Amino acid sequence: MTDPTAAPTTDPQPVPASGPTDEPARRRRLSPGRALAWLFMILVILATLFPFYWMLRTALSSNNALYSGSTDLLPVGFSTGGFERVFGSQTGEEAIAAGGSGASIPFWRYLFNSVVVATLVTAGQTFFSAMAAYAFARLRWRHREKVFAFFLAGLMIPAIFTFLPNFVLIKQLGLIDTLLGVALPTMFMTPFAVFFLRQFFLGLSREVEEAALVDGASKVRVFFQLVLPMSVAPVTTLAILTYMTAWNDYFWPLMVSYTDASRVLTVGLGVFKSQAPQTGPDWAGLMAATLVAALPMLLLFGVFAKRIVNSIGFSGIK
Amino acid sequence: MSSPSPARTGSTPRPAPPDDTKLALLFIAPAALGFLVFLVWPTVRGIYLSFTRFNLLRPAEFVGVDNYTRMFADPVFWNALWVTLQYVVLNIGFQTILALVIAVMMQRLTQSTWLRGLILTPYLVSNVVAAMLFLWILDYQLGFGQVVLESIGLERIPFLGSADWAIPTIAFINTWRHVGYTALLIFAGLQTIPETVYEAARMDGSSEVSTFLRITVPLLRPILALGLIITVVGSFQVFDTVAVATQGGPVNATRVLQFYIYDLAFGRFQFGYASALSVALLLVLMAVTFVQYRLTRADSTDLD
Repeated sequence: MTDPTAAPTTDPQPVPASGPTDEPARRRRLSPGRALAWLFMILVILATLFPFYWMLRTALSSNNALYSGSTDLLPVGFSTGGFERVFGSQTGEEAIAAGGSGASIPFWRYLFNSVVVATLVTAGQTFFSAMAAYAFARLRWRHREKVFAFFLAGLMIPAIFTFLPNFVLIKQLGLIDTLLGVALPTMFMTPFAVFFLRQFFLGLSREVEEAALVDGASKVRVFFQLVLPMSVAPVTTLAILTYMTAWNDYFWPLMVSYTDASRVLTVGLGVFKSQAPQTGPDWAGLMAATLVAALPMLLLFGVFAKRIVNSIGFSGIK
Repeated sequence: MSSPSPARTGSTPRPAPPDDTKLALLFIAPAALGFLVFLVWPTVRGIYLSFTRFNLLRPAEFVGVDNYTRMFADPVFWNALWVTLQYVVLNIGFQTILALVIAVMMQRLTQSTWLRGLILTPYLVSNVVAAMLFLWILDYQLGFGQVVLESIGLERIPFLGSADWAIPTIAFINTWRHVGYTALLIFAGLQTIPETVYEAARMDGSSEVSTFLRITVPLLRPILALGLIITVVGSFQVFDTVAVATQGGPVNATRVLQFYIYDLAFGRFQFGYASALSVALLLVLMAVTFVQYRLTRADSTDLD
């Protein structure tokens, strides 16, 4: 009996390559036109990145100093107070004196909730979508194409349209204000994920799979030990994109969460903002909170940048 | 185990394909459950609720087309539709033109993944984060943007606080977050145009600008069209930025359709009426998709 995993996993890369990327390096010299184009690109990058720098600079400033209207590019009245207020390590009086609201913000709780929700959604959606995609791509059963067409029709329904009725449903299920309630509607599938993975599975060479079947491997085994390992790249890309989408989601969690028990970071950030003290917003604290909310995705991007950047275009449009 | 038995019927040249119905049902069960319970059923139910009066506490009560009659007579609805439309036009306009220019520049200058990564960065953070950032940068009293305006001799602008500026500002914030993504999409499309086409144009003495307008843009049409359909449909659903930055204000200046729907449902518990507005939005989106698809012939390419 042969081990199916020992089969050569020659990845056929059915993904349409992004065309000829080896554009000849013509006109290396810096013509005035090229210089102008570079200047434009530098401005674009500056406009892209400056807000992030400004967020960091503000977060490390003292809020009272910010109100003096300083436009210094470096933090004014350098202070980590903003972060301390976010993580609740300042006492109420200290926070109020520093320009905060004095109310405590369970930011670790929000962070934890975001991780749980995004993980549940990503793991469930990717795995279940892959299973369905395999059934649509490889298994033989009656009405397969009709059922698939029905799934595809789901692409026509914007998720936003389902929010109100889904809220009613989640309420009936008694899952309002729970993490499961936030995660549940997207935990099983999205039509896009099923479609995307089915396309990939269809492009895999059948020979390896058929050899394993002839050797007596079951189709379940072929899926787990052959098809999934051969599809690590697209599955990972899909999972990363799903994680980011779930992490950045705001509207649905806003509907379902009422208390800190189920608030995710995006929603918590909104709560933090609405607790602005009478004297004016605690900008240092707000920017520290915003930075903390954005950081996990920026780190994830740092690790997977190449994969994410290259996924745009071939993965189609999401 | 499941080794294929020899052909029984003889109708197929290879061994009769085993029937996997049981296994297939098992494999699609979780996805089908999610699909039916959280997509199909809500769609049907959403349409049904739009014909009812429903406040979550008592059972939905069928009221016929009352909600739709009310909608047609509701000036706030028409205002919301108008404001949303303004937002879509501005956002798509800014975003598409800027993205197209960035993509073409990138193609001519560099293939660097690194640069593409930088351009994409804002897309990685949430709308909420983007809204918070610009709430601060554009703050009338202390915002850095105001300082920049003054330094070039202009007056301060109450970006999010004035009825005239609020929608363009929201459109700008969302452009900042999405333009890199759209640019990379167009960039990917540019890679599909064969170099020989450009060579031929250069042979014929075509200038850069006319090559761009007569070759690049027409050949990019399918991907531009597909990208436009997606971005327009997404644009109509704008909510996060408005909810964080303006709450629909000043007065109703940024009360976009989706924010009005949210407010009706969760501020006033009029789920029936809110559902009717959702159906209206759904119909608008379907119509927009259909018209765009026909107009831009997104399914055909000129490269053949």
